[in-house]
Amino acid sequence: MIDWTGYIGLILQGALVTIELTLMGSALALVMAFAAGLGRLSRFAAVRALATTYIEFFRGTSIFVQLFWAYFVLPFAGITLTPLQAGVLALGLNVGAYGAEVVRGAVRAIGREQHEACVALNLGRYQRLRHVILPQALPLMLPTFGNNAIELLKGTAVVSLISLTDMTFQAQVVRAQTGNTLIPFATVLVLYFAMAMAISAGVRWLERRAARGLDGVRV
Amino acid sequence: MASPIIRIDNITKTYGPLTVLDGLSMNVMPGEKLALIGPSGSGKTTILRILMTLEKIDGGHIEVDGDQLYHMPRGGSLVPADERHLQKMREKIGMVFQHFNLFPHKCVLDNITLAPMLTKGVAKAAAEDRAMKLLDMVGMADKAKSMPAQLSGGQKQRVAIARALALSPKIMLFDEVTSALDPELVEEVLNVMRKLAAETDMTMLLVTHEMGFAHDFADRVLFFDKGRIVEEGKPDDIFRNPRQERTQTFLRKIIAAGHRV
Repeated sequence: MIDWTGYIGLILQGALVTIELTLMGSALALVMAFAAGLGRLSRFAAVRALATTYIEFFRGTSIFVQLFWAYFVLPFAGITLTPLQAGVLALGLNVGAYGAEVVRGAVRAIGREQHEACVALNLGRYQRLRHVILPQALPLMLPTFGNNAIELLKGTAVVSLISLTDMTFQAQVVRAQTGNTLIPFATVLVLYFAMAMAISAGVRWLERRAARGLDGVRV
Repeated sequence: MASPIIRIDNITKTYGPLTVLDGLSMNVMPGEKLALIGPSGSGKTTILRILMTLEKIDGGHIEVDGDQLYHMPRGGSLVPADERHLQKMREKIGMVFQHFNLFPHKCVLDNITLAPMLTKGVAKAAAEDRAMKLLDMVGMADKAKSMPAQLSGGQKQRVAIARALALSPKIMLFDEVTSALDPELVEEVLNVMRKLAAETDMTMLLVTHEMGFAHDFADRVLFFDKGRIVEEGKPDDIFRNPRQERTQTFLRKIIAAGHRV
């Protein structure tokens, strides 16, 4: 009879790594999404070109390949990253590229009339964005950001390939040592699902907060 | 005699093959209340949008309060204005839109205080103090904490007027401000504008289809058609005895459509 407590403990340690990767990757993705999304709307052609190149490159190549570049190829350029750093970098840049299109779409969805009101009130470009456009665009971004965060969570499984001991990596270790597949993989299945549900709930809470007052109902 | 606060000199505006304004020239005197009337597409709204720098001109010059709007002097000649120059010029001009364009994520009070605080560095307390006075003037003081979505169209437009006034412009542009309102809400907005005209010496340009209001409100009426001023004069002359055939036809159509003159 196998003593499962130790093995489950191992998977739970892996779950912490998965959570860490998801949080840090999402933070980087969010920064990249706004930088590249707003960059694509810049009035400077060079900034637009740079943002477009980043988005197309990271959306158009596999996260798996990007991760291997970050971990195995960058050292040849003198940049050596820990597995965690490489994982966060690849995940953040990859998901950030998708998020950038969400930011751009949401900002463009704010009608011309709001921009014209800003001009009539003599707000500067930055003031328009900061005080009028982004506060209205943010609620539009949130549902898709939630999707992206869940995609990123599930994407963390690939980091097991660069020997990062995340949840999936530990499940494979447990499987190899016990010969049992069902229990470790049922455990990680439930854990991924629980984490995804937590993200969904968090985003829904943010959506409610961000939409406060916009529909005429004081919450 | 004082010199004009707005001098429009031979401006043209085209959208692709369509000529909206065709060598238009006109002057507006300080404090004058001007009504711009005419069929859709006659260019009257375009003039307001050009004065608010929402549209660029393709030719000609505009002087507002002694300075060029779209040009600035550099080395003895005039060059196209940059954003900084436009920002300086916009301080003189305010605009109220057909669809109100309130900021839906901000309460009534914040809608009004935002621009004075950001563009003029007015302290929050002083900005709110002034906003409450303006809200009182437009009869909306009790809605200061409401969100725009909770207001009727007429209430939104009164807030939009207060918001434009908060920057103390010398010139106010009203672009069909009652056209998007239910008929029973039109009067409350017009009352605010009557009050404004009586109590301030602001220059006001009004694009409207409310001919009765234009008649009572304006010192001078301009009838536009196809990007040109066809006829101008005192309200009584334009509305009672229009000389041009196109003006007569337009007014007949408006009356047939049920508008009071």
